[in-house]
Amino acid sequence: MAVDLHFKTLSELQALLSAGELSSVELTQALVDRKEAVDDKVQAFNSLDKEQAIAQAEAADQRRAAGSVLGPLDGIPIGLKDVISVKGQPLTCSSKMLENFVSPYDATATTHLKVAGAVLSGRLNMDEFAMGSSTENSAFKTTVNPWDLERVAGGSSGGSAAAVSAGAVPVSLGSDTGGSIRQPASFCGVVGFKPTYGRVSRFGLVAYASSLDQIGPFGRSVKDVATVLQTIAGHDPKDSTSIEQDVPDYAGAIESNKSPWKLGIPKEYFGEGLDPEVKASIQSAIDWYADQGCEIHEVTLPHMDLAVAVYYIIATAEASSNLARYDGVRYTHRSKDAENAIDLYFKSRAEGFGEEVKRRIILGTYVLSSGYYDAYYLRAQKVRTLIRLDFMKAYETVDALLTPTSPFVSFKAGEKNEDPLAMYLSDIYTISANLAGIPGISIPCGLNSEGLPVGLQIQGKPFGEADLLAIANAYEEAHDYSSQHPSL
Amino acid sequence: MEYEVVIGLEVHVQVRTKSKIFTSVGVGFGCDPNTLTDPVVLGFPGALPVINKEAVEKSVKVGMLLQSEIPEVTKWDRKNYFYPDSPKNYQISQFDQPICEGGKVEIELPGPSRNVMGEHKWIELTRAHLEEDVGKLNHFDGYSLVDYNRAGTPLLEIVSEPVLHAPDEAFAYLNALRMLMIYGDISDCDMEKGQMRCDANISIRPAGQEELGVKVEIKNMNSISGVRNGLAYEIERQIQTVKAGGAIVQETRGWDAAKNVTYHMRFKEESHDYRYFPDPDLMPVRIDDAWRKRIAATIPERPYDRQRRYYEDYDLPFTVTSVLVPDPKLCTFFEEAAKACGKARQAANWLMNNLLGELGNAGLSLSESKIKPAHIAELVNLIEEGAISKNIAKEQVFGTMFETGDMPAAIVEEKGLKQSNDTTELEPVCQEVIDANPGPVAEIQAGNDKAINFLKGQVMKATRGKANPALVDQVLKELIDKKG
Repeated sequence: MAVDLHFKTLSELQALLSAGELSSVELTQALVDRKEAVDDKVQAFNSLDKEQAIAQAEAADQRRAAGSVLGPLDGIPIGLKDVISVKGQPLTCSSKMLENFVSPYDATATTHLKVAGAVLSGRLNMDEFAMGSSTENSAFKTTVNPWDLERVAGGSSGGSAAAVSAGAVPVSLGSDTGGSIRQPASFCGVVGFKPTYGRVSRFGLVAYASSLDQIGPFGRSVKDVATVLQTIAGHDPKDSTSIEQDVPDYAGAIESNKSPWKLGIPKEYFGEGLDPEVKASIQSAIDWYADQGCEIHEVTLPHMDLAVAVYYIIATAEASSNLARYDGVRYTHRSKDAENAIDLYFKSRAEGFGEEVKRRIILGTYVLSSGYYDAYYLRAQKVRTLIRLDFMKAYETVDALLTPTSPFVSFKAGEKNEDPLAMYLSDIYTISANLAGIPGISIPCGLNSEGLPVGLQIQGKPFGEADLLAIANAYEEAHDYSSQHPSL
Repeated sequence: MEYEVVIGLEVHVQVRTKSKIFTSVGVGFGCDPNTLTDPVVLGFPGALPVINKEAVEKSVKVGMLLQSEIPEVTKWDRKNYFYPDSPKNYQISQFDQPICEGGKVEIELPGPSRNVMGEHKWIELTRAHLEEDVGKLNHFDGYSLVDYNRAGTPLLEIVSEPVLHAPDEAFAYLNALRMLMIYGDISDCDMEKGQMRCDANISIRPAGQEELGVKVEIKNMNSISGVRNGLAYEIERQIQTVKAGGAIVQETRGWDAAKNVTYHMRFKEESHDYRYFPDPDLMPVRIDDAWRKRIAATIPERPYDRQRRYYEDYDLPFTVTSVLVPDPKLCTFFEEAAKACGKARQAANWLMNNLLGELGNAGLSLSESKIKPAHIAELVNLIEEGAISKNIAKEQVFGTMFETGDMPAAIVEEKGLKQSNDTTELEPVCQEVIDANPGPVAEIQAGNDKAINFLKGQVMKATRGKANPALVDQVLKELIDKKG
């Protein structure tokens, strides 16, 4: 088969499948081989059920032979972050707590992928329960950056970003609570999209912070990400927070929605702490848009400096409650030394959870405690509203905001994991989109002087996915950053 | 010193719905363990709750029955605590925006005797909120097992103000609440099946003192009488403690129905900080006017309103209303029969004195009865018209009607039971009886009117009961007078 099959985009693979030059089984096998060749180094996969993947690929080939192709994802391998439920497959959340848990049901996103004929190819590593920014918090392994194996893939969806970057899957799903799709996409030089809160069902997504979590796709091109989003988006009666709103035709929007756009540059994203090389890359992207005739406006998001604090109150409060169910009683890790019921809770949780998860559970328990609720949780919710209003005010003037995805490029493994606060600041530019519930995309924006990817973040209006994809696609088409790949 | 007792009750009522409160799994009792479960009930990773509209609707209905305020928006909160019967280690409940605010329940206290109605009063409510029930722990030697079948059953917690002052009031309150739930088709409130559960907060204070005493919470009272007994014991315990110079400590106590005592369970210091916060998985629910109106249209007449109407419209005695009113199906039966014959008291008497007993003997429910309101009405009319006597009705018609469901007129016709109103037929029989019984006749003539009953009995016997008793009386008197 063709060389470098593993770096082809979804659209290219689709074309090969349609032309009969490639079968889904050949593609799936090639990617399984690729995974086996590179994953010892990258460590993106927690597991991969080859037999099941090949069986799904065979079924896709049979459909194609019978002329009943289910759509653009039919026969295309896709990796899932190990936090999205697939019936009969492990759902570990990269935690010892769920090391042996096999899910008895499909997430709604999974159901959509199955109906579309996608080949579910692997469970991808992550920070434990999606808590972290480097995938170093996985209880099993650290996923590293395919561009520099000494550096981190980012997180928490590090496995999902690295698997695409390393050529082991063309597309994948991750989840984004404070930047967990966009930041690793930026670090690994791929496209990552966090949709509007409520656009994709959370049913079957293991909850970290329910009011912030959102499933979204990774891919090698904006169009690929649009194709996956098209498949998984939509209202779900099983998720009360999913919104009843029609899903527009994203591919069509990419074709029809053209420059010039009105773009905002929030000054708060360009202050202290921003790496000069990253700043220069983003500035050149802004200049490119200006050259295309886009109006560039400086805007302000005055409450931005409170976003990290607000996030760590709301997210940890919800997490402390969401993770209470992992207790040693039913399906989780159970301590062998427990002497009574209370002891069973303490020991199972002490053994089953990693340090960062415990830190956040304790923080969240504290902010919800009697006497502290008003000062922390309630006040954080009020500030959250102010942050959302800041964005809505900006969108009165502009269609979207251009910013860096992260203040810096991928850092060395071990560099920040002893300093939680430094780690938390790597999400400083992504967190507010979750607090505001708005969509955001990270696309490759060139390499820095060390050859490491820089990510451009574009944030849009609620349910403005189509606009974001069009704006991002225009930049991508004019640059060849998406076709740059790490040499593994 | 005199002590005043202050009691507040927290009553949990399982709201009868087709499916559980946050998922489509059915609700049931007595099924095999852990069969009424799914990923949502079991709190599996990634599972999400979706509110059951029927549970909200029925809770609003309860609020209307309790005359509560139904706020425009209600929401759900998480109550966080670890316990193995709680699949998520938090219970989805309502904290600061319950579905029903305030409200009141009319109660009836015991009267001076069983046949006399007691005082009525209103008990103020604090609120009622909707939450999910938890599973059930079963303890064995050295281990425990959890059954999550009950988990996720919709549960309405109805909280009274601390305005009850005696075990009898608590008993009357629970009965009144139970009647309302039955009237509203909300629950049968069978406490043994856990459909209704009650915790009590109780304190004592010297009579006349404004400030409340230290409160003790009593749990595990598994029947309405159990609540009365538990409270009675606890009042006595508290009074004796104080009289002996002791102090009441804030604690939770359990009721042991077998030993007839309350026992210490835990102190207040051991109580939880539940860390309530709004459940981010559920959206607040808006109860708009149109929805309210639809629910309001299903609100039945309340039990004691019905009781008053029975007094006013039908002139029924308390001994009758006290049997009818608690059972809305029986009331409907009665009202249909009363309407069809226009003689409410008679219809009620047939129900009370005959039908209920027969059904009881046969082990049947009212809905299984072959006797319908139309039967009772027709039977009452036959007696009123003089077609049959009450005795014939009781002894020869009712039993057949109960067995076969045939209409009473048809039975009378078939058996030839129609009583004779023809004096020409009756006179010879009466004359025979008079001639054969000179003794009683003499007594009558001597002024003992009651002796005529003997003669009447003889005539009825001779006519096999078909004679109209009033007519027999008349004919006998005429003949004796003639003779005298």
